[in-house]
Amino acid sequence: MRLVIPNPGLDQRIPSHQDLERMEKEQVSDRPKWDNKAQYILTCVGFCIGIGNVWRFPYLCQTHGGGAFLIPYLILLVLEGMPLLLMEFAIGQRLRKGSVGVWRAINPYLTGVGIASMLVSLIIGLYYNTLIAWIMWYLFNSFQDPLPWTQCPLNGNRTGFVDECQRSSTVDYFFYRVTLDTSTSIDNSSGIHWPMVVCLLAAWTFICICYIQGISTSGKAVYITAILPYIVLAIFLVRGLTLKGALSGIQYLFIPDVNELMNPTTWLDAGAQVFYAFSVAWGGLISFSSYNPIHNNCMQDAVMLTAITGLTSIYAATVTYSIIGFRATEKYDTCVSENIRTLLNSFNLPESSINTTNYDAAFNHLNSSHPDVILGLDLQTCDMQKFLSEGVEGTGLAFIVFTEAITKMPASPIWSVLFFIMLLCLGVSTLFGNIEGVVIPLKDLNVLPRSWPHEALTGATCVIAFIMCLLFAQTSGLYWVTLFDNFAGSVPLLTIGLFELIAVVYIYGIDRFNEDIKFMIGHKPSIFWQVSWRFISPLIILVILVFYLVTLAQKELTYLVWDPNSDVFPVQASVPYPPWISAVIFLLAGVPSLAMPVYALCRLVFVGCKQKRNPSKKSGQN
Amino acid sequence: MLERIFIFLFLPSVLAAQLCKPDAPEGFKVRLSIKTALQDEAYEWDGNERFLFQATLAFAMSRHTRQEFNVSNILVCDETPRVSFWFVVTSPDDPSQLINRGKVEAAVRMSRNRINSAFLLSDETLEFVGILPTLAAPVEPASPPWLIVFGVVMGLVGAGIVFLLVSTVLQKRRKKNQEGDEGDDDEEARVKTAENGCRSDGIYNTSFSEDEPNTQM
Repeated sequence: MRLVIPNPGLDQRIPSHQDLERMEKEQVSDRPKWDNKAQYILTCVGFCIGIGNVWRFPYLCQTHGGGAFLIPYLILLVLEGMPLLLMEFAIGQRLRKGSVGVWRAINPYLTGVGIASMLVSLIIGLYYNTLIAWIMWYLFNSFQDPLPWTQCPLNGNRTGFVDECQRSSTVDYFFYRVTLDTSTSIDNSSGIHWPMVVCLLAAWTFICICYIQGISTSGKAVYITAILPYIVLAIFLVRGLTLKGALSGIQYLFIPDVNELMNPTTWLDAGAQVFYAFSVAWGGLISFSSYNPIHNNCMQDAVMLTAITGLTSIYAATVTYSIIGFRATEKYDTCVSENIRTLLNSFNLPESSINTTNYDAAFNHLNSSHPDVILGLDLQTCDMQKFLSEGVEGTGLAFIVFTEAITKMPASPIWSVLFFIMLLCLGVSTLFGNIEGVVIPLKDLNVLPRSWPHEALTGATCVIAFIMCLLFAQTSGLYWVTLFDNFAGSVPLLTIGLFELIAVVYIYGIDRFNEDIKFMIGHKPSIFWQVSWRFISPLIILVILVFYLVTLAQKELTYLVWDPNSDVFPVQASVPYPPWISAVIFLLAGVPSLAMPVYALCRLVFVGCKQKRNPSKKSGQN
Repeated sequence: MLERIFIFLFLPSVLAAQLCKPDAPEGFKVRLSIKTALQDEAYEWDGNERFLFQATLAFAMSRHTRQEFNVSNILVCDETPRVSFWFVVTSPDDPSQLINRGKVEAAVRMSRNRINSAFLLSDETLEFVGILPTLAAPVEPASPPWLIVFGVVMGLVGAGIVFLLVSTVLQKRRKKNQEGDEGDDDEEARVKTAENGCRSDGIYNTSFSEDEPNTQM
């Protein structure tokens, strides 16, 4: 019982197996090729391993039950991620085209899937490169001792520090005020912050030069951008484990809480993370696979890439939490020392009478004898758990928690430079896949003229993208980046992934697909792949998508703002979005998701009109 | 006669006790954190250290007011094990008159460095409660270093782009010249084969298989 939607004319649109053999033997294709297999694997690894592995996965792991989170993560990695990965690899290698070309070849009504991939890649690329611009800013600023985020500027009459810096912290001030000059809300923007424009220019020119000749330049750049992060993570692992308090961080991360497995959000978050981690549905993987030789073993590649992604996530999480543990221990020690100092000063006790070991005993003794004095002192409660759990996700992790931890290490500028070079490499290698997923479809759709050389295509794309990125250089840029991060990458990717699976399994035909794989690697995919392609993966994606839409519709749209005048400062205040934000969210999430049905509908109408005008002409066209 | 001698002997200390007390209006509390600052090399606070304190304060007052202050003009009282105490400054002309609090503060501010270094301490470890230290300005390099690094990076990237573009253009020109020569050779070969009467099968032309055979919207 094979459910296949009739798809006439498929054989005319795609090269047959004999054509492929002949093209392979004679090597006459002018399509770019990988210099060697290592370049291809490194490019895919770089694409899949991104900044999210450092600042999203560890947070998810820790909040959803620590070591227990690895169970749903690894299960979904194998059931959801790996089949999608193999599907994209195989279809790209077989049809030898970019994302738009592949879907157009399967069925011209499906071109919308490729267009949706391109739009999503473009939108994600815009805000991702802004993150890279921020990382570059921090990198440029790391070449000085002392680091600029260790000091507050003095106020007017030099008796104290600037109020905003005094109430929050030096790292907060440097990020929100010096780097971004954050305004108080998303619709309140006081112009463009020029250091950000400069950094955006640097980021886009850097990407431009790396990708300027397509994979012949980016293929060489990935030797550095894909390997360097692993080396830096190793250095940080050694450094981190020798710091005081690192083990408490790692314990906090991995201590399993098996009850979390009963919570559906754990599984949902694991599924979503696997989906985004693999960068499927961006279109870049299909493009990269199309440059492979026809008999490349894509099944092995898919399994290898899955294993590498899983292991790297755990590796990065360990490093991250060792540093977080160190910082939390430092803050805890400082807090306790402050309390000890206050007690010593108020009761005029000799200096070494209270230390960290006998603090509790001494405190209780003093509390029982002078409770009113103790009350008036306003001692802080030093809670290790609170320090371990604060600000450990997203930009907060990299630019606030980590930068603060680095300032406490000896020889801080070196660690800062290493850390930001690592983040830069992680981000840039993901952007290669991103920009591939934008430029190649633009070429296929004839938006950019085909006669232009690849350099001109890349240059034009980068210039236009830079101009669009100026939106993020405004003083409200931080809120726009968060908006894009939350909405541009979630629903559209899930929708596109679902459509891709349905297209390959039911429109291209799973039998034909199995035959193709047998032709390419020598044996048919096993029963595991069959079952997951047909039922398990689409079902998982559908469930995640439905839950996502339901929670999105139910919750009120709020966001966090940095407002020095708010009551809860220095904690960010939660503020509702302005009403026009729904239009923006629809543009970001709705347009790519609806691109496929809308395109199919338009084409139907167009072809129908054409046929009505020329009823005598036989519709040999599809 | 004896009573007068007694009064003269005890008057200064009685006066001192009245002038210097905790929360005295013209007095300051001083707090030293010797162990925190010096750890193993910490010294014990004893009479000699107190004498040094009085001497440095007298030095500071003399320096600021241009009057001659003596060690006996600095009265220290209420010493605690914390190593904190109160002190007041009496006028050199009249030992029962206290020097104004503002003047003392100005004198301490002016000579803070010297007082700190006499005790091998710093602004944080030798506290005058109520006198805020002037903060050191944040270190600011002459030209922002990030612009320098940015300039270097952009220079390299720009040079790289120019190099790649120029090399591509040169390569294409070289290929064109080569193809021009090869084209002539090919034509001769083909003419020859046509003359010889035998034909090769021809090369599979893939330029058509790359194009889209179907109509596009």
